[in-house]
Amino acid sequence: MAEIPAIEAEALVKTFGATVALNGLDLCVPQGGILGLLGPNGAGKTTAVRVLATLLRPDAGRARVLGADVITHAADVRRSIGLTGQYAALDNSLTGRANLVMVGRLSRLSRAEAWARAGELLDRFGLADAGGRAVKTYSGGMRRRLDLAASLIGRPEVLFLDEPTTGLDPRSRAVMWDIIRDLATGGTTLLLTTQYLEEADRLASQVAVIDGGVVVAEGSPDQLKAKAGDDCLTLSLAPGADAALAVAALSAHATGPVAIGAGGRQLTAAVPARDGITTDLVRALDGAGIGVTGITVRRPSLDDVFLALTGRDGPGEQAETTREGEAA
Amino acid sequence: MTTTTIAPPARLDRPRGPRPRRRESRWRRLCWAVSDSLVLTWRSVARIAREPETLMDVTVQPLMFVLLFAYVFGGAIGLPGGGSYHEYLIGGMFGMGIAGSAPGTAVALVADMKEGIIDRFRSLPMSRAAVLLGRTTADLLTQVIGALVIAAAGLAIGWRIHTGPADALAAIGLALLFGYAFTWAGVCLGLVLRSVEAAQQLGFILFLPLTFISNAFVPTQGMPAWLRVVADWNPFSAVAAACRRLFGNPNPSALVHAWPMQHPELATLLWSGALLVVFLPLAVRLYARKQR
Repeated sequence: MAEIPAIEAEALVKTFGATVALNGLDLCVPQGGILGLLGPNGAGKTTAVRVLATLLRPDAGRARVLGADVITHAADVRRSIGLTGQYAALDNSLTGRANLVMVGRLSRLSRAEAWARAGELLDRFGLADAGGRAVKTYSGGMRRRLDLAASLIGRPEVLFLDEPTTGLDPRSRAVMWDIIRDLATGGTTLLLTTQYLEEADRLASQVAVIDGGVVVAEGSPDQLKAKAGDDCLTLSLAPGADAALAVAALSAHATGPVAIGAGGRQLTAAVPARDGITTDLVRALDGAGIGVTGITVRRPSLDDVFLALTGRDGPGEQAETTREGEAA
Repeated sequence: MTTTTIAPPARLDRPRGPRPRRRESRWRRLCWAVSDSLVLTWRSVARIAREPETLMDVTVQPLMFVLLFAYVFGGAIGLPGGGSYHEYLIGGMFGMGIAGSAPGTAVALVADMKEGIIDRFRSLPMSRAAVLLGRTTADLLTQVIGALVIAAAGLAIGWRIHTGPADALAAIGLALLFGYAFTWAGVCLGLVLRSVEAAQQLGFILFLPLTFISNAFVPTQGMPAWLRVVADWNPFSAVAAACRRLFGNPNPSALVHAWPMQHPELATLLWSGALLVVFLPLAVRLYARKQR
């Protein structure tokens, strides 16, 4: 018998006044999968997470978490999920430890269990020393880690991470990434929304690009990149190498014209995305006696994919200026 | 219970896998609701321990009113039937000073919504009512502190209990019951408003006239006839008159023919019940509506 998907959404629609946040969203994440929900501000990412986490009622469509309907069986859904929102949902006046114990107790752990688990998570997320301090004294990175710890305290099978690194400095972001990867290896199903293409690329096994409340593309990061077209190959010639011969050799593999730059020492061309193409090219150049100092192949980035799919630049750069905590 | 409020589109209505799990019994759910409420009560109390300044509305504020009215205005206020104004004042303070934590309840709820912690609570398998029950229970505890402060301030300015301990406890119990019921009005206000500032200001704007147009500080006999009707039927007048009667303090309202002034204890009970019947379900409704 086929396993129940961890997360299923069918034709979800949600409008706020005149704004259509979700416009027939479909999603499916198998148990243990990591789906990156990628989209610009206002694409409907946060609304999707809030519907799946039983915080919002969809206008139409259906969603289930581990087979339990988010509307009719919300209590069952809440028993199996953890949610980390765009801004840390913590009690600022309480200590980090008190926050975790509180959420643990509300997640139906016994008192002893809640305390033990709080200590364990504080250790694991490098917050052991800060555990006795009020949360309002925490840095942004610490708050996010504590928030994530709070959503993990009840050992959820499915975890929603809504822009877990928005507004964090690069170091804190790297720490969050490590933690998220650990969770994924532990078998937790993850749904991660992000505006950062790099983040989706690094963490997610599947990516759904969403725009205007619908999924516009879905697949593994590599599959999506393949959609954006060919790889880009750059060849650096050794001094004294015959540029004309090199152009001829490269043209044989290229899918388009060869561009010459850096005073005739650098050639660039689009090549088909297939393994072994560099080996073939190096052999051909070697056979023709053309000296080469470097050869690089760049897969299109998710930025390129994003551009191809939405007709807009990737949101990565804008994201920096977005105020943290602003709902999409 | 969450059933059949929204019918899912028929085309998606097909049999599912082995889940959902069996529903919990009513009794177990009730146990969890109590446990969750206690956890959230503990949360609010722990907050107060860390930020005692949040207690000002039940400590400094009543103290200020006691001193202002005892020493600034009190000398100019005559009591029909005679008696000490200082003794008269404290009954009014038990009504006003204890219920005075309600605007703070509204502010705290708005702040919780803003901080996103309510979202966290909603995503947990906890009782929904617990968020409101925990909050109001913690507020009741602060109201007990308020009652102690008012009693201490009263004793300091010459207020005395002239009846037995049973009557005195009944008076304080009535004031706390009314204060608790009134807190639910604060909960509703907090669930309707969106900014902390609005809650602070509106709480004050609504609360002051409500308490001042009563016999809490000034006997109603001197008011214009139409206002007197309002004041004599104001629940704060009933609480104040009930406390004065039970403490054996001067109670000019005994001379007023309005029904609540003739039966202030019963009127306080009825008013408290009415507040709970109206605002408790409304609060639960407003809270549930926040989901959509």
